[in-house]
Amino acid sequence: MEFELNNQIVFAATGREDLVPGLPTVIFIHGAGLDHTVWTLFNRYYARNGYNSIAVDLPGRGRSGGVPLSSIEENARWLLDFIRALKLEQAALVGHSMGSLVALEAAYQAQAAVERLVLLGAAVPMPVADPLLHAARTNDHGAVDMIMLYSHAYASQLGGNPVAGINILNSNMRLLERGLENVLYADLKACHEYDNGLVAARGVDNPVTLILGEEDRMTPPPQATDLINALDNAKVEILPECGHMMLSEQPEAVHRALARSFHE
Amino acid sequence: MKYPGFDTISLHGGQRPDPVTGARAAPIYQTTSFVFRETDQASSMFDMARSGHVYSRISNPTVGVLEERIAGLEGGTGAVAAASGMAAIHLAVCTLMDGGSHIVSSHALYGGTHNLFSYTLPRFGIETTFVDPRDPDAFKRAIRPETRLVYAETIGNPRCEVLDIETVAGIAHDAQVPLMLDSTLTTPYLLKPFEHGADIVIHSLTKFIGGHGVAIGGIVVDSGRFDWDNSGKFKTLTEPYPGILDIDFAEDFGPDAFLHRARREGLRDFGAALSPANAFYILQGVETLALRMDKHVANTRKIVECLDNNEAVEYVTYPELPAHGDHELAKKLLPRGCGSVFSFELAGGRAAGRKFIESLKVFSHLANVGDAKSLVIHPASTTHSRMDDDALKQAGISEGLVRLSVGLEDPDDLVDDLKRALYRSQI
Repeated sequence: MEFELNNQIVFAATGREDLVPGLPTVIFIHGAGLDHTVWTLFNRYYARNGYNSIAVDLPGRGRSGGVPLSSIEENARWLLDFIRALKLEQAALVGHSMGSLVALEAAYQAQAAVERLVLLGAAVPMPVADPLLHAARTNDHGAVDMIMLYSHAYASQLGGNPVAGINILNSNMRLLERGLENVLYADLKACHEYDNGLVAARGVDNPVTLILGEEDRMTPPPQATDLINALDNAKVEILPECGHMMLSEQPEAVHRALARSFHE
Repeated sequence: MKYPGFDTISLHGGQRPDPVTGARAAPIYQTTSFVFRETDQASSMFDMARSGHVYSRISNPTVGVLEERIAGLEGGTGAVAAASGMAAIHLAVCTLMDGGSHIVSSHALYGGTHNLFSYTLPRFGIETTFVDPRDPDAFKRAIRPETRLVYAETIGNPRCEVLDIETVAGIAHDAQVPLMLDSTLTTPYLLKPFEHGADIVIHSLTKFIGGHGVAIGGIVVDSGRFDWDNSGKFKTLTEPYPGILDIDFAEDFGPDAFLHRARREGLRDFGAALSPANAFYILQGVETLALRMDKHVANTRKIVECLDNNEAVEYVTYPELPAHGDHELAKKLLPRGCGSVFSFELAGGRAAGRKFIESLKVFSHLANVGDAKSLVIHPASTTHSRMDDDALKQAGISEGLVRLSVGLEDPDDLVDDLKRALYRSQI
């Protein structure tokens, strides 16, 4: 699906299905430097199981036009514009990493537009180490390397991937390389500087599920403690032997955790 | 922190200890099919909406270990294994193109590949123009609007032409088409083509990677770097595919588009899948790839020296020799060595060749390369016998050319065997 929003082309994958009025909607929001393809399995599943399913490319990423927005708040406002442009009354927001912050902030800015939140690989605050920020600012491949090594559990770096034949370390590396030129830095900086997370968490009363990777070194589960405490009755699922790249490291475990969050 | 190294990936890549039994070695999942946990999972897996294995023609956990491991060694986003090296080439070509498409290929090819491109693919409307791999401009001149692929071997068989990968990749990319390389003779231990600009790598796993002459297999590895969308020439990857609910592979899978189409269409419809038992045998070879390749190269250097100084040998075509036309390029691309398959011209032509081969005791006369055991063959009468005189001449294959694949035996025994046979070939 492509359309124009704020004078820029927006792309969103819909699992090859048309949006149907009246069906519940789920919107998947990718992490820093990534795009809609990280959600393909999940997007295709929900599109065939009673949902309008949308995996959006945020501005300047993937197939969407424009340049990356400079803050989580701006991305959240843009996401709410996107929801309004599609004439959706409400949508469940499922965000990974930076996408989880965008989803949380969007729910805070317009709670009625959000049916529920599922936050994967989430932490508040989400500081980014100086060496990584510096490497990303100079479009240095070292930024990709740092993310790859810190984002995958060691077992996942070696493999044993459930999607046959795919080497997720190299596959995720290629995806990040596509977004290395200025995009990654903008996204990481937005994560680093976002300081409204706990305020937003206290301000939402939507159902919230957090899905965290036990071996995540980008957003380790203990780093989500303040977020969990600020949310009212958040459900927390911790995936064993899983890192930050949980969508490709353990897609089946994520699928089942998502299903539980939607069937509460 | 750093990425896992070559030897670690060779031993552990793609595999975790079996979660049920704790088995350390990759188990042979000798099963055609896999039980679905529920009907919802079953339908979703057919729709490419859930991960997992359905049927061993399309994917299998043992084969999956091998695919991930080779992809890891090559630096690719993934791989699809096939029943043989030739099946892998066919799978890759047919994933990319339709009737009316065109290939520009090096003429220095394994005879089976030459046959596929010359005689078989044209029956399905895919034509090939063959060019001299030592003349990068020839690749450029041969490209047409309908060209969809540039193809070559990293080291030509049997005369060891070394491809200037970076230059030829640039020519292919200028034409918005990928460079596909058969890297069987170099293996990822000696050369990683993706680091020099290649887009897709093919291996006959039967050869050095399996290494023991016990299992046939092939594999296609994708770098994930070629931009199918931007090229606009590959509708199999960028347009809705009615075979799976109008999926658009590039849109849904980004860097993995080619691999998913190859598996979901190519393995499903052509069916040339690798068996789990063969994958297991080949995995045993992968575990010692680095050790074996070092020994292959060390033995080869001793034998090349012996042949180069023998009066019964007119010339030796091994890129580490200063007289070889690609010596400087080989030093740059192949610092660990140029492999162990090469050829030499025997004085006395075909008759001397027959005497030589029949006099060998340690070298085995058979149609294979890359075995742990040393092998010998006469290409003009065997592997390349279906090429006509012009094609043989183009490929530099003469009546007296002998090809060796140097194995892992004691090098002195190999040298003695060759010296004895060379002597007898001349009397």
